[in-house]
Amino acid sequence: MAHIAGLPVTAVVQRIEIHKLRQGENLILGFSIGGGIDQDPGQNPYSEDKSDKGIYVTRVSEGGPAEVAGLHTGDKIMQVNGWDMTMVTHDQARKRLTKKNEDVVRLLVTRTNLETVVRQSMQ
Amino acid sequence: MDTESTYSEYSHYSSRSRGSHRHGERSRDRHKSRSKDGSRSEKSVTINAPPAEPLLGDESIHGEEVQDDNWGETTTAVTGTSEHSISQEDIARISKDMEDSVGLDCKRYLGLTVAAVLGLLVFLTPIAFLILPQVLWRDKLEPCGTACEGLFISVAFKLLILLLGTWALFFRPPRAGMPRVFVFRVLLMVLIFLFVVSYWLFYGVRILETKDSNYQGIVQYAVSLVDALLFIHYLAIVLLEMRQLQPMFSVKATRSTDGETYFYSLGHLSIQRAAVVILENYYKDFSVHNPALLTASKSRAAKHMAGLKVYNVDGPENNAPGQSRAMITAAARRRDTSHNDLYYEEADHDRRVKKRKSRLVVAVEEAFTHIKRMQEEEQKKAPGEVMDPREAAQAIFPSMARALQKYLRTTRQHHCHTMESIQQHLAFCITNNMTPKAFLESYLNPGPTLQYSQNRWFARQWTLVSEKAVTNGLNDGVVFVLKCTDFSLVVTVKKIPFIKLSEEFIDPKSHKFVLRLQSETSV
Repeated sequence: MAHIAGLPVTAVVQRIEIHKLRQGENLILGFSIGGGIDQDPGQNPYSEDKSDKGIYVTRVSEGGPAEVAGLHTGDKIMQVNGWDMTMVTHDQARKRLTKKNEDVVRLLVTRTNLETVVRQSMQ
Repeated sequence: MDTESTYSEYSHYSSRSRGSHRHGERSRDRHKSRSKDGSRSEKSVTINAPPAEPLLGDESIHGEEVQDDNWGETTTAVTGTSEHSISQEDIARISKDMEDSVGLDCKRYLGLTVAAVLGLLVFLTPIAFLILPQVLWRDKLEPCGTACEGLFISVAFKLLILLLGTWALFFRPPRAGMPRVFVFRVLLMVLIFLFVVSYWLFYGVRILETKDSNYQGIVQYAVSLVDALLFIHYLAIVLLEMRQLQPMFSVKATRSTDGETYFYSLGHLSIQRAAVVILENYYKDFSVHNPALLTASKSRAAKHMAGLKVYNVDGPENNAPGQSRAMITAAARRRDTSHNDLYYEEADHDRRVKKRKSRLVVAVEEAFTHIKRMQEEEQKKAPGEVMDPREAAQAIFPSMARALQKYLRTTRQHHCHTMESIQQHLAFCITNNMTPKAFLESYLNPGPTLQYSQNRWFARQWTLVSEKAVTNGLNDGVVFVLKCTDFSLVVTVKKIPFIKLSEEFIDPKSHKFVLRLQSETSV
């Protein structure tokens, strides 16, 4: 299922809205990301296709805002607040998620079982 | 049980000569070894089906081994052969006479004289070619111009070069006497002979008989002869010296007594020449043959054989295979703890050697501190107690003598070094400013055979034993044995494999690298 450059990407996505939590000076979301176009895609444990250089959720902290909002580990983040996350470097992704003047981030995430769930619910 | 045979006087004599030749190597007399074996095993007459003959005869040195004092009382009943056996001394004397006989040297001198005569003939031939016309029909000859005289000079120089080359190549002292003729050399001599004879024939028929007047032609003929001789000399170099330089075979030489092995690389040689090369390397590579080190395994082997006895109750039928099979099965069933003995004995021996070695090192170091080298100025100032190296060695030798003697006895090397040689070595080390460790080096490690004096070598006369003809070339899988009276060197030949080398080109610009990152950031 390797992505061919230039062709549109289609995926079943779930909208997740995370409200940032204030901890002292920082606003935290409560999860960790991995991946990016400057990283080694072969070491990603969550991707189906080992040449996929997207941003993946590697860890969700217990009771944090991300878990409350319904984010799971292994999710691939496709968009953050409308900005594309499929072709960004690791640092760009981090910056998009940790903007100090935003309290809410709206993510579009995809995971493998979403498509099956949707198809089952349509029958 | 004392069983005295009627010929006991003779066996006294033969055993005594055996005892006096304890260095001696050969156990040619089966009677003697059988009697010795019978006496070793519990003083009863045994009729062993396979006679347990020790590999190298009696090797006990200086009475440290089991000196069997009871041999006089228990001799076997096989006395029929004792009348005709000769003692070791006689054998040694006879073989020595054979070695010094004139016959072998004659062969070598014959070859030398033939070669010398041929060389002289060949050298004088061009000169004869040039001189004979001048002598015989001088008036008929055309006058010789400058070209002719130039050819004279060239003949002279080429002959000189030929002479020098022949001297360098052939007039060297021979390294060894080989059993058969050296094939290449004989071939070359035959070739030269035929060549010169054909030139003489042509000269005699065409020039001498017709009394040719073209002197320049004759001179050119002589020059062509000398050129051809130079080319034959080149052929001789290639055949005799250069062909065997490229290594083609890896040759493994193993000593039969203790398994010491060395590998050599040889080129295309005949078996006898390869044997000579290996023997030359033997004296400088192999450690000196020490028969005292082999007694332990032989006594173990004797213990194995002495444990069981087979009695032949069916009369004089010789049921040898059945007997040996019975002995083997009985020995296999018996629980054998000799490995235990060997292990503890070796551990004990190692500990003893190390202890003695440490005492020796300390004693020698202390002895060396008593000596100080005097400088030139001091020599003039205090001429009192000045000693030369030999006296200095004699002065400090007693303090280390005991420790050294004990160490040599423990490592069974004491028969390789005499007191005289040790003192000489000590004087040598003192003269050359050597440290105690350098002095001890020749006693702590058994060195190559050349290091010791000739009567300790145990390896003087060699015999080449080979299944193939000794003038055959070496080949993969050839095995031959170089036998000496004490031991033998088993030589195996293996071919060096043909190496197929292919190339691979790597563009220097193709060395590119990329970082493998996998970072995780928490947001």
